[in-house]
Amino acid sequence: MSFTKTAWKNIRRSPYQALAAISIMALTFLAISFFTFLLVGSSKVIDYFESKPQVTAFFKNEAKPEDITVLKSQLQSTGKVASIKFVSQQDALKIYREQNKDDPLLLDLVTADVLPSSFEISTIKIEDLSNISNTLTKSPLVSEVVYQKDVVSTLSAWTGAIRKIGITLIVLLSLVSIFIMVTIIGIKISQKKEDIEIMKLIGATNWYIRWPFMFEGIVYGIVGAVIGWAIATAGLLYTTPFLETFLKGIPVLPASYLQLFILLGLEVLLAAFLGIVSSYLAVLRYLK
Amino acid sequence: MIKLDKVSKKFGTGTFGLFDVSLVVEKGEFVFLVGSTGAGKTTIFRILIRDVLPTEGTVVVNDWDVVHLPKNKISSLRKKVGFVFQDLKLLLDRTVFENVALPLEVAGVKIEEATKTVEDILGQVGLFEHKDKFPVQLSGGELQRAAIARALVLSPEILLADEPTGNLDAATSWEIVKLLSDINKKGTTVVMATHNADIVKSLGKRVIHIEKGKIVENENHHINAHEHKESHADEVQDEKLEDHPSHKASDDKGGNE
Repeated sequence: MSFTKTAWKNIRRSPYQALAAISIMALTFLAISFFTFLLVGSSKVIDYFESKPQVTAFFKNEAKPEDITVLKSQLQSTGKVASIKFVSQQDALKIYREQNKDDPLLLDLVTADVLPSSFEISTIKIEDLSNISNTLTKSPLVSEVVYQKDVVSTLSAWTGAIRKIGITLIVLLSLVSIFIMVTIIGIKISQKKEDIEIMKLIGATNWYIRWPFMFEGIVYGIVGAVIGWAIATAGLLYTTPFLETFLKGIPVLPASYLQLFILLGLEVLLAAFLGIVSSYLAVLRYLK
Repeated sequence: MIKLDKVSKKFGTGTFGLFDVSLVVEKGEFVFLVGSTGAGKTTIFRILIRDVLPTEGTVVVNDWDVVHLPKNKISSLRKKVGFVFQDLKLLLDRTVFENVALPLEVAGVKIEEATKTVEDILGQVGLFEHKDKFPVQLSGGELQRAAIARALVLSPEILLADEPTGNLDAATSWEIVKLLSDINKKGTTVVMATHNADIVKSLGKRVIHIEKGKIVENENHHINAHEHKESHADEVQDEKLEDHPSHKASDDKGGNE
């Protein structure tokens, strides 16, 4: 296609302008990818906490198994409980060992006696959580109740904040990249003013003249998006081992490749759109 | 067919570029448009390809009402009317071949077909061996031929040539006029703007003479040859002197041909 050839020639002949356009696009899509990872990750964390037993009651060491069984049937009789799982001290040790299997020092320090047995209870409705946790707190067998609703609401607040910051930043960066692209393509159009005039005089249609510039904008957008995505993805893959340790068993990572490529696809579409918008603005502004 | 009916062009400054110009050029004619610099020759050409709009009057080129031509038809008009610009308007970063191929490219012709057409045209104007050179490597006469080739490559029905001999020496000018005359013999309507009295006289074609935006003479040249000679010899002389510096510069190159 002749317009791709023309566009390619334009890019090659002014490498610094191309570099500027691609850099700002890459920066925009780096931010988009980064915030997408954050948001997807934090919503997975929230999902995890929401689906997990929402109340954990730790028993005192002196609590007898018979009393615990009584408490269990008592709770079940309320009809509000979806499931109750008893975690014995041995089970707790197993979980602990599993979580810290890479750290022999921590493993040696802990025996089953140190760890409390517990109930992991999830309710049918989220509103019943407080009721159940109250019952548990009153029971003489229970030493501590961990109520994960707090965790979820704190996380949700954080996610909300991240989303707002992310969207603001992405909108600002997108606008800046559009302005820069309009300017760069405008400069290119001005440089070729004479050629454009000649081509019009020998019968070129407006679209014949516009297409190479539009195509150039799309190329900048897409190349920028791929670079931004690649940097963000490389960063994510590189930090995955550290993050996995940090998240201790919350199944956020590793990110699925399918999802990463879906993100790339969406970003390329958005980039093409930004490219078209900015080059069209430039064409309207500078090609009369 | 070209028809201008009571065409006036008023410029922003309030002066008239053209005033009440009416003329008809029939299909297949060869017509000289003469007049001193600033008389309005180029303005007429620019109106014919709708590069400027007349202030008043109607303009018909082939079957097109040029003044009321919708914007999206302008490119079709320009593809049917070949224009050899006074300043040639060749693209300096493209070879002769690419310059001549440009109208075909613009018209969306496939490369394989375009190559054959371009080579034929380049052969016709005698530039085939120079096809891979860039405009800066050519002499004045060769550049003029390249511009003519580009104007012809879409086989237009009408060819407008604006001062195609303006920067050339006498011998080269004759070659160019001969080329245009050959093109005319093949059926293309040719309108050539010039102030070269010798050429106008010797070719014996129809002459439209305009001065200060008005038509002062619009006759068949051979009938009025005598009158014309007397009334315009002085003017032509003046212009030659005016053009002298540029004339000389390109003479050096043109002489290589």
